[in-house]
Amino acid sequence: MPWTREQMAARAAQELRDGFYVNLGIGIPTLVSNYIPSGMTVQLQSENGMLGMGPFPYEGEEDPDLINAGKQTITELPTTSYFSSADSFAMIRGGHIDLSILGAMQVAENGDLANWMIPGKMVKGMGGAMDLVAGVKKVVVVMEHTAKDEPKLLKRCNLPLTGAGVVDMVITDLGVFAIDKKGHSGMALIELAPGVTFDEIRVKTEASFRLKN
Amino acid sequence: MASKVYPSADAALAGVLRDGMVIMSGGFGLCGIADALITAIRESGVKGLTVISNNAGVDGAGLGVLLESKQIKKMISSYVGENKLFAQQYLAGALELEFNPQGTLAERIRAGGAGIPAFFTKTGIGTVIAEGKEVRDFDGEKYVMERGLFADLAIIHAWKADTEGNLVYRKTARNFNPMMATAAKLTVAEVEHLVPPGDIDPDHIITPGVFVQRIVHVKHPVKRIEQRTTRKRP
Repeated sequence: MPWTREQMAARAAQELRDGFYVNLGIGIPTLVSNYIPSGMTVQLQSENGMLGMGPFPYEGEEDPDLINAGKQTITELPTTSYFSSADSFAMIRGGHIDLSILGAMQVAENGDLANWMIPGKMVKGMGGAMDLVAGVKKVVVVMEHTAKDEPKLLKRCNLPLTGAGVVDMVITDLGVFAIDKKGHSGMALIELAPGVTFDEIRVKTEASFRLKN
Repeated sequence: MASKVYPSADAALAGVLRDGMVIMSGGFGLCGIADALITAIRESGVKGLTVISNNAGVDGAGLGVLLESKQIKKMISSYVGENKLFAQQYLAGALELEFNPQGTLAERIRAGGAGIPAFFTKTGIGTVIAEGKEVRDFDGEKYVMERGLFADLAIIHAWKADTEGNLVYRKTARNFNPMMATAAKLTVAEVEHLVPPGDIDPDHIITPGVFVQRIVHVKHPVKRIEQRTTRKRP
């Protein structure tokens, strides 16, 4: 059985460490905040200018001046601080954030990431994604393994890149891969979802990868 | 010295607006935008504008109203995904667009306001963002040169001001406003609360008054929520 979205988020939460400062992207990455192990302290950063992001507000307590990077209403915590977008990206670009978890359209075996643009079709923009992958210490991608049966883990991305050689780990519904983005040992399969076979994941993956125990 | 406080958004922009000018517009999504000043720009009919803003509003609100009236010629933004009209105008060739990574946009504005004409960043290396720009090696890593940004006019939103123009922001409505206040020939601040000098603790001031030339007091601004998200009470 492939992992569900919730199970993928729970698997991504295993990459959290006590004391981490973490930025979560939109979609499945947002769900990771539901799986922070009890007893562990993690501060969530929102790139529009907030550290120490709290849960969604109770109905009737929404504040239009308090939103996350996905423009959703949120709440503050006793540890919260607010700052400008310049300070926010000083944190991100300057390597002060420990972990970025984000979605992707394509990832290549060398750690290249494409998640912001489909030429001629999608005109949205990269937001903070290029800064996050360039500056955050560890970058974890959480995504479906395929899109309409087409592989998303490729030898080379064919969509415009968000970053070159930036991804450290990919968690899909079928398994977990580690990428040696600075070295030369490429991509390695480190975990299979329960009931998923090596052959199944190999057929659904264009990128070359090795098995790692 | 003449007062910095103007009686209305129209008055605060009087004599300032002209066709083809470059305007910085504060806010992230619809949070912390200078809504009354945007409305005043719409009513002025000024056109051919280049607008520097992280987002382009939504259909019918924020900068969306200036897209509707076709007053914007070019946007410099990081994300415009909430605006269908934007996509239509852009794909039809009626609108120029320059995408900047959000942190690069914030730093270009900060640099422009601080008298720094250019800087190097690793954001965008190996992507279309670095194409045609100078790339240099520092300590074994590649960095791309980005230019500072400076505008004719900045329209910003603050929570509280004194009459000297010292500003305080509230929660995530701060976002791009403090940098934009520094990076234009003329900065107009729309504020929710206006107090006499001395009422704000000087240690709590985020934007010093030197960066603000005009103030308009908008007591009850319209504040929209784009994604109202809540949780159940236990």
